[in-house]
Amino acid sequence: MPNNQQLPAGTHAQLRPRYDNFIGGKWAAPVKGRYFTDKSPIDGSTLCEVARSDADDVEQALDAAHAARSGWARTSPTERARLLNKIADRIDENLELLASVETRDNGKPIRETLNADVPLSADHFRYFAACIRAEEGSIGEIDHDTIAYHFREPMGVVGQIIPWNFPLLMASWKMAPALVAGNCVVIKPASDTPMSLAVLMDLIGDVLPPGVLNVVFGHGSEVGSPLARNPRIAKISFTGETTTGRQIMQYASETIIPQTMELGGKSPNIFFADVMEQNDDFLDKALEGFALFAFNKGEVCTCPSRALVQESIFDEFVEKAVARVARIKVGDPLDPTTQMGAQCSYGQLEKILSYIDVGKQEGAKCMTGGERAHLPGLLGEGFYLKPTVFVGHNKMRIFQEEIFGPVLSVTKFKTLEDAIEIGNDTIYGLGAGVWSRSVNNTYRVGREIQAGRVWTNCYHVYPAHAAFGGYKQSGFGRETHKMILDHYQQTKNLLVSYSTKALGLF
Amino acid sequence: MPASVIFTRQAMILTKELQETFGHLIFHLSGGCCEGSAPMCFRQSDFKAGARDVLLGMVEGCPFFVGSEHYKYLVYCQLTVGVTTGGGDSFSLEAAEGVRFIVRSRLFTDQESAEIDASGPPHTGPIASKTTISFGVCGDAQRWP
Repeated sequence: MPNNQQLPAGTHAQLRPRYDNFIGGKWAAPVKGRYFTDKSPIDGSTLCEVARSDADDVEQALDAAHAARSGWARTSPTERARLLNKIADRIDENLELLASVETRDNGKPIRETLNADVPLSADHFRYFAACIRAEEGSIGEIDHDTIAYHFREPMGVVGQIIPWNFPLLMASWKMAPALVAGNCVVIKPASDTPMSLAVLMDLIGDVLPPGVLNVVFGHGSEVGSPLARNPRIAKISFTGETTTGRQIMQYASETIIPQTMELGGKSPNIFFADVMEQNDDFLDKALEGFALFAFNKGEVCTCPSRALVQESIFDEFVEKAVARVARIKVGDPLDPTTQMGAQCSYGQLEKILSYIDVGKQEGAKCMTGGERAHLPGLLGEGFYLKPTVFVGHNKMRIFQEEIFGPVLSVTKFKTLEDAIEIGNDTIYGLGAGVWSRSVNNTYRVGREIQAGRVWTNCYHVYPAHAAFGGYKQSGFGRETHKMILDHYQQTKNLLVSYSTKALGLF
Repeated sequence: MPASVIFTRQAMILTKELQETFGHLIFHLSGGCCEGSAPMCFRQSDFKAGARDVLLGMVEGCPFFVGSEHYKYLVYCQLTVGVTTGGGDSFSLEAAEGVRFIVRSRLFTDQESAEIDASGPPHTGPIASKTTISFGVCGDAQRWP
């Protein structure tokens, strides 16, 4: 039986023991009648059952989306924006419910879901609602009688595949621009964390016309693959790991559709010596910046998983920073004082432990953590780790491979040029951080680091209206900014002659 | 020469079962993010190995690849592929049954590393049917818990 005992009072009635797919504006049982069990990584308890769909369900969702396509494309931007704002309002009105579902399904601390995941989800809907109201096509005057009109048209029906680390927020990042641009969506949440989007559909299912937004639950090979390779989608958006990213791009080469890919990262967090010039708020902020690798238990593509600390302050800064990390409170994610919750799954926990083992074999020095955290009572069934800091060098595997857990690899640099070289010595280029009181340091490093997002004297903030996406093997395309609208729109050019004279060629 | 990748007995059994269901398989060790840094198992017809992908070994007739940039950091490691339960939504075929292939690593000894160096560059790119693979034996893992 679903264990919803720890959800906010008064919300039980809004949760179902079983979720079907959401297709054509209503809940639809999976064609084969199969379901899987969604469990909480907090204590192993059962949350709900969810449709285990396959290609037949994907086809049904695509049927619904295509039926809704032309009506939605012709719905005015004013109306589309109004409906997105309504979705944002519903998210805000159900903040505590959605935050607690997200925390129970993913294991992330409630202080993060209440203050980041859920409010940001609402804000992304509002941001894109605003963008579409302000968007215009363009007109080019080729000559006195010839005018080029450029219209922005929706792609049609788009496919979206969401990871398990920010289930609601990543879905919002992708759904909001696609929908507001006039596309119909078929979206697949991760099978580890399907519940928040299922609950959201119960809250917003009446807002959009039937078929505009369709959710198909299930596993990557059974739902993601038939969706990504389907000739009836006009675009695919994927956030996940690199091999599957390559596979989806191979599919897209067969159907010749555009993709956006957000893949891995091994982001450097660079601390210059001048952060320790004074013992003030800024130093405190920088030390917190070091500890932010533990945000969302390190299960973030932009996790600042490499810290580069200038040699002259290395010992003193690392000592202070490790002490800060050692104070991180690991525990029940539903406790508002908990800073680090449970890893998302047992498989994830095992993978992280295997990398901690690699770090020890490579000779990296473990400064704190380095093992599983065994919590008392029911939490003993959950998947907890101690936040872990290694000191080593940048050629080690733990500096080069994405661990996707609360494991930080620290090394030192001498000069600004060293910092840039080490920072860029990675196959990835998603995020980076740079900390210094000198604008020359922060600007120079910021411009030279090959990464799509360089947090400067901050880290892990994700506002709408700041572009997010990768360089190198971290992918391509920029989300969370109005420029993503370009990825969900076609440009139609009407080239119009107002001359009554023939060309004179024939 | 030491094998770059070996499979536990449990991983071998799972591979055979997947072969019976899905036919010829291919493994590719994924890079980062979410369910990454883990072996992805696809139908051979469903994933094209690139010209620069490095062949780490063969298991049950299935090639096991890793990306060339990733391989640079794995040259002196033996990967043991095992099976874990629970979680990790993935396009990898086994994940739908609630299990995941997972990798553990062992750094080669100096002697093993010397043998790897002496063996020359590894095979890269898709394998032609006539290709004979002389490395990549499979067996039980000593270090697997």
